[in-house]
Amino acid sequence: MTHSRDLSKSSKEQPIPVNSGQSGHQGLNMEEALLFELDSKGKSGVDLPTVPKFENRLGSVSRDSNIGLPGLSEPEVIRHYTRLSQKNYAIDTGIYPLGSCTMKHNPRLNEKLVRLSGFSGLHPLQPVETTQGALELIDKTASWLKILTGMPAVAMSPAAGAHGEFCGMMAIRAALDQRDGGKTSRRRVLVPESAHGTNPATASICGFIIDTIPANDSGRVDIEAFKKQMGDDVAAVMITNPNTCGLFESDIIEISELIHEVGGFFYCDGANFNAIVGRVRPGDLGIDCMHINLHKTFSTPHGGGGPGAGPVVLSASLAPFAPLPWVTFDDQNYSLVEHEIKPTEKFPIGRLKAFHGQMGMFIRTYAYMLSHGKDGLAQASGDAVLNANYIMENLKDLMTPAFEGPCMHECLFDDGFLRGTGVTTLDFSKAMIDEGYHPMTMYFPLIVHGAMLIEPTETESKRSLDDFINSIRYLAKSAISGKKEKFIGSPKFTPRRRLDETRAARSPILRWNSVKAQSNESDEAKTNNL
Amino acid sequence: MRYLPLTDNDRHEMLGKVGLSSVDSLFSDVPEIARLSSELELPDHKGEFEVEKIIESLAGKNVSTADVPSFLGAGAYRHHIPAAVDYLIQRGEFLTSYTPYQPEISQGTLQMLFEFQTQVSLITGMEVANASMYDGATSCSEAVLMARRITRRDKVILSGGLHPHYRAVTETHTKYLDIEIIDAPSDLNGLEDLSKLISQEVSCVVVQNPNFFGHLKDFSKLAKTCHANGVLLIAVVSEVISLGAVLSPGDMGADIVVAEGQSLGNPLSYGGPYVGLFATREKYLRQMPGRLCGQTLDETGRRGWVLTLSTREQHIRREKATSNICTNAGLCALAFCIHLALLGESGFRRLAELNHYRAVQIADYLNNINGVDVLTNCFFNEISIRLPGPADEVVSKLASRNILAGVPVSRLIPNENELNNILLVAATECTSEAEIEKLSKALKDII
Repeated sequence: MTHSRDLSKSSKEQPIPVNSGQSGHQGLNMEEALLFELDSKGKSGVDLPTVPKFENRLGSVSRDSNIGLPGLSEPEVIRHYTRLSQKNYAIDTGIYPLGSCTMKHNPRLNEKLVRLSGFSGLHPLQPVETTQGALELIDKTASWLKILTGMPAVAMSPAAGAHGEFCGMMAIRAALDQRDGGKTSRRRVLVPESAHGTNPATASICGFIIDTIPANDSGRVDIEAFKKQMGDDVAAVMITNPNTCGLFESDIIEISELIHEVGGFFYCDGANFNAIVGRVRPGDLGIDCMHINLHKTFSTPHGGGGPGAGPVVLSASLAPFAPLPWVTFDDQNYSLVEHEIKPTEKFPIGRLKAFHGQMGMFIRTYAYMLSHGKDGLAQASGDAVLNANYIMENLKDLMTPAFEGPCMHECLFDDGFLRGTGVTTLDFSKAMIDEGYHPMTMYFPLIVHGAMLIEPTETESKRSLDDFINSIRYLAKSAISGKKEKFIGSPKFTPRRRLDETRAARSPILRWNSVKAQSNESDEAKTNNL
Repeated sequence: MRYLPLTDNDRHEMLGKVGLSSVDSLFSDVPEIARLSSELELPDHKGEFEVEKIIESLAGKNVSTADVPSFLGAGAYRHHIPAAVDYLIQRGEFLTSYTPYQPEISQGTLQMLFEFQTQVSLITGMEVANASMYDGATSCSEAVLMARRITRRDKVILSGGLHPHYRAVTETHTKYLDIEIIDAPSDLNGLEDLSKLISQEVSCVVVQNPNFFGHLKDFSKLAKTCHANGVLLIAVVSEVISLGAVLSPGDMGADIVVAEGQSLGNPLSYGGPYVGLFATREKYLRQMPGRLCGQTLDETGRRGWVLTLSTREQHIRREKATSNICTNAGLCALAFCIHLALLGESGFRRLAELNHYRAVQIADYLNNINGVDVLTNCFFNEISIRLPGPADEVVSKLASRNILAGVPVSRLIPNENELNNILLVAATECTSEAEIEKLSKALKDII
């Protein structure tokens, strides 16, 4: 994979070849119209039986007017989405170093297993005696999660990380209300300024007020500032560990003691659990709850943005507030508790989604855990951390690490090395695309200027890391030596050049509209505003 | 371990470069006391064949709706998924890509989301839709929160025909936000009239069509009453195939439409992952939760797509965001999109007709059984019937005869005695007349 350097050198000397032919295609890079522009009225890609004549029972609400869906045959649909797929970068095609997002290999065994008819054809409301295997799988997955985190309970139903945060913060709110005799007066939730945006957003929808804790010079929670925030109005602290700078919060135990001393709870954002799984149990750090993004740590596919799954492990003090439903086992049969039964020792916060959780993700997670075993999981987190440090070590002479010392599973740089070059973090990222790479996470965490957060994960080979390092070094040198033009116009070899995001937001076009023609060119007048 | 590419030699060499002697020393920031001191009580790694056997044996302990006659519905439906759908969503470029934050190398996902938003807008009869939510129930709770942002009122009316789980999820999500929820009584007979509850203090009314008990209704008049009082009408659709046969909520005057999209492209999978649909009027666009994909131009003037209006979202607005949602249901939305693309206008309509036809057949068969009352006159693909005894017992008995007869209402609403004998029975295009006869005969046998 030493492809890119020579290519881009030659492109500087010669104009970039663009096919000016009629089709818009450029070799394998196919243009593809919208589904709605490929419409042939009446066509369908599904052959369904003819419905005999019968009297409908729709009453007064039958839908008689045209819906406007396009008609295509199966080969046309296959070609359409195959062409679209080829416009995507993916973990299957290259390293995807998006820090904090954890793009690692998705084992295909897991895809096979989730499609077994005994799972895929299972209805959530079948009698539980016909779903014993599914309940057992949920219970086994839960048990692994409890052992790996050292926590006594887990709520399985949250649909994603942010949904898990909601579950945990609701449990904290319910526990505080109960302890304070109905309605707690504790309203403050402390969130580090480096936190994921979901943390403050979640605390806010649980009725809390957010106070920000600053970071210290080493990228970790400023413990002195944290102490000053302590008081009997503090409900909880939400801390990501390892944090979004890719660093382990070394004062974590003191933080946990401090928050517990004032009667608050410790919410841990487990987005980065993949860095420590099999090596550190969050339960030993004194946390009260933590969501686990199954799509990160246990590699269920991200699929262009979802679905996720966000089970939440809970301490003994929060366990009684776990949401409905949950699985129980009486040594013979598995059951589902779907309603509050009174009198009880449990005070569920309610129901979080329609059914029992992201079952398809549990199956993949369980297969991933069984495949790795405890040895493989520890090896995976070790390799993830080693890979990140290897990248950091190989780039730190040219680029500017945001903080000193070894990192965990991701390494963070600021844009100090670009100062005076006229090249921004955005330009640098876009130039990476021309080198054949998905950029790292840019401009996050917010506490670092022009942040570049690189997370290679454990599923990259050394060769892949070395190629990546060589390309980044080449780009860093180009920027520092003043080759600004290389960056400003990039990316050049992609299905689209830089896209105008301001324009998209100023007059949003969020759907195809048959009445007003869709603009194919830069023609303001033809652009509709819906 | 087959998923880990580093060799021991690689590790050794890389540690040398980093200047450390062992991988463990990379964890020096972790307080000593927090480092794992004893072995976890978990097994070591396993080969693919062994893992496959273990999980296959668990699957084997379940009764799949693919193998026995099934009449289960209540918010999740077994439909036939064309082979092309599952093939396409497993293309690595879709399956293993992330949220399209870098639009130049994510045009595939973005164009698909734009198509998805258009499809959702068309079938719901609305102007704009977002790029998907977790499921129908969480979409419903998000719609209630959005209505409050728009109306700045705190009272919410939930129809007695709303799916009980949607109601429960909405109650959970609004628990600590000073929202007053008015729960209408269960609408078993489909005769509910919510207009008398509407006042200028109400933020929104949430209705469902067909409702939880299967009744189809026209909400046009209710919409007018809502709008006269500055109240938003939120319409829930838990069986999205119905939109191929039933007047859209948009046509009835709804302001926000939320739906469960599972029926298109997504297997039952014991309840998830599914895909929540969320559509509204353009004027409420900036109060929407979730991601939006918008059309724009690139530097050379060619049409392309980007994520847009993200100033509503948590990664920009933090505690002032419209929602805390980050992950959507991308891959499930893709499955939905491809299935609907394959169906097209004519296929979607015929699929809906076929579903309805089978439900009409069921209603007619069951109506002829002594002791069974069909309670739904206007319905789509699901009906309520009253049995002479508790419905859960009937379902259990029929399950032992390998018939999944439907969903006893008491499974979702356990404390209303008058609902104990009510069974929800659903049909889809997968239901055959032979299966309906089988159900009907078995029911006759046991009651």
